[in-house]
Amino acid sequence: MQANVGAVAATVPQGEERARRDARHDRLFSWLLKGCALLVLACLLGAAGATLWGGRHAFGTFGWHFLVSSAWDPGSDTYGALVPVYGTLMTSFIALIIAVPVSFGVALYLSEVAPPWLRTPVASAIELLAGIPSIIYGMWGLFIFAPFFADHIKPWLTNYLGDKPDDGKLSWVAQHTFLGKLFGSDYPFGASILTAGIVLAVMIIPFISSVMREVFQTVPTRLKESAYALGSSTWEVSWDIVLPYTRSAVIGGIFLGLGRALGETMAVTFVLGNAMQLSPSILDPGASIASTIANQFSEAAGLQKSTLMALAFLLFVVTFIVLLIARWMLRQLAHKEGR
Amino acid sequence: MATSSSLYTYRRIKNVIALSLSVVATLIGLIFLAWILWETLRQGIGALRPQLFTKITAYGEDGGLANAMVGSFIVNLVGILIATPIGVLAGTWLAEYANGTKLGESIRFLNDILLSAPSIVLGLFVYTIVVLPSTSLTNGSTTFSGWAGGVALALIALPVIVRTSDEMLRLVPSTLREASLSLGIPQWKLTTQILIRAARSGIITGVLLALARISGETAPLLFTAFGNNYMTFNPSDKMSSLPQVIYQYANDPGEGLHAIAWAGAFVLTMFVLLLSLASRLVLSRSKVSHD
Repeated sequence: MQANVGAVAATVPQGEERARRDARHDRLFSWLLKGCALLVLACLLGAAGATLWGGRHAFGTFGWHFLVSSAWDPGSDTYGALVPVYGTLMTSFIALIIAVPVSFGVALYLSEVAPPWLRTPVASAIELLAGIPSIIYGMWGLFIFAPFFADHIKPWLTNYLGDKPDDGKLSWVAQHTFLGKLFGSDYPFGASILTAGIVLAVMIIPFISSVMREVFQTVPTRLKESAYALGSSTWEVSWDIVLPYTRSAVIGGIFLGLGRALGETMAVTFVLGNAMQLSPSILDPGASIASTIANQFSEAAGLQKSTLMALAFLLFVVTFIVLLIARWMLRQLAHKEGR
Repeated sequence: MATSSSLYTYRRIKNVIALSLSVVATLIGLIFLAWILWETLRQGIGALRPQLFTKITAYGEDGGLANAMVGSFIVNLVGILIATPIGVLAGTWLAEYANGTKLGESIRFLNDILLSAPSIVLGLFVYTIVVLPSTSLTNGSTTFSGWAGGVALALIALPVIVRTSDEMLRLVPSTLREASLSLGIPQWKLTTQILIRAARSGIITGVLLALARISGETAPLLFTAFGNNYMTFNPSDKMSSLPQVIYQYANDPGEGLHAIAWAGAFVLTMFVLLLSLASRLVLSRSKVSHD
């Protein structure tokens, strides 16, 4: 409105005055825009700063010992970060082990194998997985998947691989390999580190596979056709031509998935069992940083609250670094493409 | 000749196995999708009843989710209303003013990181800057509020909107800018009245996507909006939201509450999926109209 009124008035002293006013408005406008953009920066710095500030008591009280201590005792107010940090890293690691090959398979199928008419619908369906809210994954995990896991998958793993089978007879694997400890458990329910890892894997498959699919399409057709002309099979083209060409972006996509997995709260909270214990077995319940915060923050006070803030700071720093690597790796391919 | 033909067979078998595994991988993804959606549908539709939309959570198993839905609506609205102007303006700066500059590139980069930053940490950030200061104003009673929840959701929506606005504005042909500037239009007018209009449908898509993203968020609301068993329309009160009630009910041992949680999950999933469908429609329609 104001601008219009101004424009009419400016017709009298024409030119100079008007140009000056436009320049002033332009300057103000660009400052406004820049301020909004800097808010993004402020959010990141603020989130790191606020959690560091909130966690200062915990860092001050426990020092470096905080990182390696597995204590978690609200009674004596002693806390250590090891249990949730281990839970976060282990669930994300399991998720990656499952999700990376599956995502590669999905991307390979969608870019090389599937008939063209099937590609778009299947790709949209897989992307639908990314759109489902994490709380739904959580509910499905708690009520459907965890019981299924406890009835059908867990007994098999504990009896044939673990060192605590129901009948007490150790299998060869349990006696001779580290798998015995990894799969040994006498916890009867489905909630466990492995369950959380599987649910996380399902959540990050669409992210990793859509990045992979996207970057696979950037491979020059000439390169692929040359390999085909030399007699390569589809698999050889994918493994020896497409994958090396897109390596950095594929690793970037994997790190992007890892970043998601590390920070995921709701789905993990439901299926991890929330036990503040350090167990060598991935079939025992555990805790992750995010699930510990979600469970305890509203009732925590004093040092416990500060500890949770400190944990959030650790989580934020780790995810930040992982995502930084991811974006940087993804950028490598974009540079190669000349974009 | 024998060795080369056996090598050929080996390579062919390897190829068939690898490609079949890729089909299996895709099937695994689709099976999980179908499984999750099917259970949400089955359990959710079974628990749907009218009182879900008319009664509040204070009645527990005999109640509904009316206050949670109203709360979700208000908190999401606050979040989107905060994030949209800031996000569009920031995206405009990235695309129009800072394209190619160092600061612009770094903010674009950091925005991508904020896009996948853990939402629970952003929730704690808002707890520190909104809930704690207002608590000190009210002599120590913790003041969780709908406003705080809205700010937390705005932080999650912001990078989505920044990114889509930035991308959509960069798609606007530069002839449009040159034509306007040659007519002597100041840049702010060009930006607000021509470029943002040209990229409008893309920007709306971004806002819809952001809305879909935040309406499923639970973690940051736990210690900002907190939850409220009674109906309230005032964002200064504690406020419940659909995902937060689902979380609370699903963790409760009561079977009746589980049914309500499933019904809520069904409503939420349908809402989110319809939103992402709508955002796609907006985008595809705009593509047609440009041709």
